[in-house]
Amino acid sequence: MEEFFQQLTNGLAVGGIYALIALGYTMVYGVMKLINFAHGDLFTIGAYLGLTLLLSFGLFDKIGPLAAVGVLAIMVMILVAIIGALLERVAYKPLRRSPRLTAVVSALGASIFFQNTIMAIYSPKFLVYPHDILPKMAVNILGLDVPIIRILMFLTSLALMAALYFFIQKTKIGTAIRAAAIDQGAAKLMGINVDRVIMLVFCIGPALGGAAGLMVGLYYGQVNFSMGWMYGLKAFTAAILGGIGNIPGAMVGGLLLGVIEALGAAYISIAWKDAIAFCVLILILIVRPTGLLGERVAEKV
Amino acid sequence: MLLRIEDLRVNYGNVEALHSISLEVNDGEIVTILGANGAGKSTTLNAISGLMNITGGSIFFQDTALHKLPAHEIVKLKITQSPEGRRVFTTLTVEENLMLGAFTSTNTKRIANSRAWIYELFPRLEERRKQLSGTLSGGEQQMLAIGRALMANPKILLLDEPSLGLAPILVKSIFDTVREINASGVTVILVEQNAKAALKLAHRGYVMEVGNIVLADSATNLLSNEEVQKAYLGGKGH
Repeated sequence: MEEFFQQLTNGLAVGGIYALIALGYTMVYGVMKLINFAHGDLFTIGAYLGLTLLLSFGLFDKIGPLAAVGVLAIMVMILVAIIGALLERVAYKPLRRSPRLTAVVSALGASIFFQNTIMAIYSPKFLVYPHDILPKMAVNILGLDVPIIRILMFLTSLALMAALYFFIQKTKIGTAIRAAAIDQGAAKLMGINVDRVIMLVFCIGPALGGAAGLMVGLYYGQVNFSMGWMYGLKAFTAAILGGIGNIPGAMVGGLLLGVIEALGAAYISIAWKDAIAFCVLILILIVRPTGLLGERVAEKV
Repeated sequence: MLLRIEDLRVNYGNVEALHSISLEVNDGEIVTILGANGAGKSTTLNAISGLMNITGGSIFFQDTALHKLPAHEIVKLKITQSPEGRRVFTTLTVEENLMLGAFTSTNTKRIANSRAWIYELFPRLEERRKQLSGTLSGGEQQMLAIGRALMANPKILLLDEPSLGLAPILVKSIFDTVREINASGVTVILVEQNAKAALKLAHRGYVMEVGNIVLADSATNLLSNEEVQKAYLGGKGH
């Protein structure tokens, strides 16, 4: 039973990561009906920028681990948000009136560009996060020893998701984003600057993805230029699982996929971990293509 | 003069949808645009709202050149539209829809006043303000689309087919409300298939055929015009 609950907490921590990345896919899809295939690489950029900033400022020695992680996360999120907005400006905005497939090709091109740029700057080797920066202690929850970093990761993901949910549901700009996702033409008739909405979505999604990258770096302790590919695919699966275009769906889908994967790896075989995730994708596409919380039929990309 | 369109040309892809049309709207008028499907009525409204690809000519609102502005800037000038097919945001509540209508406004007091006025015009909307707008009936969605367009306190209200798909009794009530809105000082441009009702309501009218304006006259003259009667009012004596 202890193994089950350990895997559950691990699954929730990793699922929080998937959920944060999945939100970027789902928000962009919601407003533009485009899968941003470069999104996984923005996650990678977050992980690398986190490492660079961590090493160059020595924050951990100056202000202590928790405050340092907080400051680091904010810097990473801002920088990745800017890169996201630039990506939209360069790779997608000129194609606003083109057929959708053109934008998909542009997305794949941007992904290759990002991966190679990271490789050129940081080398193709695995880079290692300093392993002694976060306290290694475990917290005892109901008789279960859970590493503190797992708890922090899960709580951070939840807090970011809650903040996003509040922003989307309760604020004027959030309502405008939802309106633009339903009907761009009608949103323009309300006086909403849809270009501005798209840019905002391309800041929020990458900011969350960048934060996820930083967390993965801290959790697993190593980063690689192609890590965004697998995380991107998993998060994309999570977005489909929850219903693409649906924000609570991406949150639920991410957490669920993380737990399924962790339990599958523990009880079936660790070698089958990725296969299990993609079996989930195939199953959901066969049984319920609209996803768990989706209503609209997914459109062809 | 409030709005003046001169030699306006609009393209849909490579096809020209409006061939150099001109029309004028005076302050306080209800002007109706009649014509068959595909004549270019909705295209004209969407060109005013800044949603179309304008290839020639001009649209002036007082001294402002609308044809150079993006759609969201035109709403700020208080020209709003209730579009064809209503296009309410179906997964948002009635109240959220209305508040989006006031997106460009920051004066909370004025927004509250507009909303109170709209709930007075359409009490049904107030009863259903927490409901998702996709669950409303067609008539209620039409009320919401008009109410949403009124939230910005428009000087010009563009109404595209407000009677489409509604029961006759609802059509009458919507048209009565349009008269009331106009009486409060809002200039209205009304696109309608229901030519008779539109001409009874409007001061002046234009008739469009395949991207051209073929007739322009006062509503009373158009009502008694034989060609109009034959083409749009079901013939004389009906």
